[in-house]
Amino acid sequence: MKQKKEFDWFDRPESKRKLWIWLYAFCGLLVAIDLFTHRHAYFGFGHYFAFYALLGFVSCAVLILFSKLVGLFLKAKEDYYDK
Amino acid sequence: MISDFPPAAILILGALLVPFFKGKAKNWYVILLPAAAFYLISQLQVGSSWQVHFFGFDLTFLRVDKLSKVFGYIFTLNAVAAFVYAFYLKDNTQHVAAAIYIGSALGVVFAGDLVSLYFFWEVMAVASTFLILSRKTKKAQAAGMRYIMVHIFGGLCLLAGMVIYITETGSIAFNAMADRNLGTYLILIGLLVNAAAPPLHAWLPDAYPEATATGGVILSAYTTKTAVYTLVRGFPGWEILIVVGCIMTIYGIIYALLENDMRRILAYSIINQVGFMVCGVGIGTAMSLNGTVAHAFCHIIYKSLLWMSAGSVLYMVGKSKCTDLGGLYKTMPWTLIFGGIGALSISSFPATSGFTSKSLILDGAIHEHLMWVWLVLEVASAGVFLHAGIKFPYFVFFAKDKGLRPGETNKGMLIAMGFMAFMCIFLGLYPQPLYNVLPHVVPYQAYTFTHVIAQLQLLMLSALVFFLFLKLLKRTETISIDTDWFYRKGGGLFYYVMDKALNGINGVSERIFVGGLAGYLGRVSRDGPTRAALLGMVPAWAIGGAKGERLAIKKDNVRTALRTGTSPIGITAAIATIFLVVVFLLL
Repeated sequence: MKQKKEFDWFDRPESKRKLWIWLYAFCGLLVAIDLFTHRHAYFGFGHYFAFYALLGFVSCAVLILFSKLVGLFLKAKEDYYDK
Repeated sequence: MISDFPPAAILILGALLVPFFKGKAKNWYVILLPAAAFYLISQLQVGSSWQVHFFGFDLTFLRVDKLSKVFGYIFTLNAVAAFVYAFYLKDNTQHVAAAIYIGSALGVVFAGDLVSLYFFWEVMAVASTFLILSRKTKKAQAAGMRYIMVHIFGGLCLLAGMVIYITETGSIAFNAMADRNLGTYLILIGLLVNAAAPPLHAWLPDAYPEATATGGVILSAYTTKTAVYTLVRGFPGWEILIVVGCIMTIYGIIYALLENDMRRILAYSIINQVGFMVCGVGIGTAMSLNGTVAHAFCHIIYKSLLWMSAGSVLYMVGKSKCTDLGGLYKTMPWTLIFGGIGALSISSFPATSGFTSKSLILDGAIHEHLMWVWLVLEVASAGVFLHAGIKFPYFVFFAKDKGLRPGETNKGMLIAMGFMAFMCIFLGLYPQPLYNVLPHVVPYQAYTFTHVIAQLQLLMLSALVFFLFLKLLKRTETISIDTDWFYRKGGGLFYYVMDKALNGINGVSERIFVGGLAGYLGRVSRDGPTRAALLGMVPAWAIGGAKGERLAIKKDNVRTALRTGTSPIGITAAIATIFLVVVFLLL
């Protein structure tokens, strides 16, 4: 009996490359749209070009780095409480 | 009369009959209970009824208004889905505990006074503990124990606050609290324990992930959201809640990023999400309160959905650590798709329910010109996508294939997840039915072109950061130390410190007083008179010409005489005189 081939598209290197391209393209497109639209400024800075893109990028980078930093102190071995 | 029957009673009384049903009838029966309660709530008329006179108090078991109704709707709707999800389960304990837990949550929501609220509050704590204990592992037993202890502490704060409040105001009615004094602050602390506000939050990520697969789904919805309800009812506009809420949103993200256990990631993300709601209560305007209620409504749906997908992975694979999971998209595609919809919803992706509900809270902050609050909530919104939106599905379903081939989960679970996923998208595309049942009438339009683009920019760039920083996010086989350390390790440490310190002092005291000082005093009092006598007499003898052997003999004679109490009168008189001189000098 012939075995059904497993769906493994996401494991393939060429798929990963494609996904990266799509991700960059989508991000680029969203930022590009800012060139043609005008957002209402809530606090005097919400309307800047690519404001939300920058906010997302910077805040996530900071969150990851910060959690990495506090992780040095807060991470413990799994049997920490059993000892 | 159907129009004024407490919905809590259906579930609590109904729970008692669960053991009498056999086989699948039991599962159908428990689905029917919340469905009946849902119908009942839709028929309830606004007003108060079921007033009972009890120990001098007029209790109100059924206070119906828009706020209690909307929580009633979502509590029963979620319960129906949760029991469909639990269709495979034959365990009486879990079904009974779940029905009583959900029933008492309804009891809290419809309680018109503090006393009956407190009663249901405590029943909730006890019933929910059984959903954790039912896992029947040693870890679950210990976590369940800690869980109930923390809730007893919270309950005591609430009770103390209520006693003070009732004594001061003379009323047990539960409405918006105006005075800010010890009583109301204690009530607030009691409520915030259940809302899982740091530093009183550690019970949640400690206990929920130890619950059973369905227990986790049910627990994720009720305890924290009844707390949100009570905050909306009792503490709207309390500015301190803005601060508490902002801290919660960021705190949840940081810990969720550190975590390795998938259900613990989801547990921390509850704290993050409830933070948004608490913040909305603190802002306290009609729009932000609407936002809080809408967000609680949508949150219960997508968070249940996320716990369901994690639960079905746990049910099929028996593992919950990210380091053990991965590559499940091949064999559990439906769990992935439904869980993915939940993940997008929690991230407020446009076209999902998170987008149409969370925006209300953010707009509430904008309308009040709270720039920093708005900024923190935006940062937290980006962070949600990071930890719950991508991290959870990525490490469980993609990442590295660990060779797990469990196959798709059972039909009941899939139907429940499918329904919840449908609700996420339905409320995302067409939120009007939800807006209609919110407590305040505030027209709102979430979908403007610039809003959608702004949100997509925020989220997609967050996604980009996730994959760019993937190496930093590599999972490690660790746990994260949280404030439960103080009662898990701190107790031991306290014991150790007390043991070392107090017993150390004991040891030193013993050495000094028993071994040293007492012996010294003994020697002094024994030899003192002899020494004193010799001190006076040796110079006298020396002057008299006594030397060498004669002097030694004289000294020996004095020692023997004093020891045996046979000294000549002259010497006794001399010693007595010396003693009196010494005493005189000392005094």
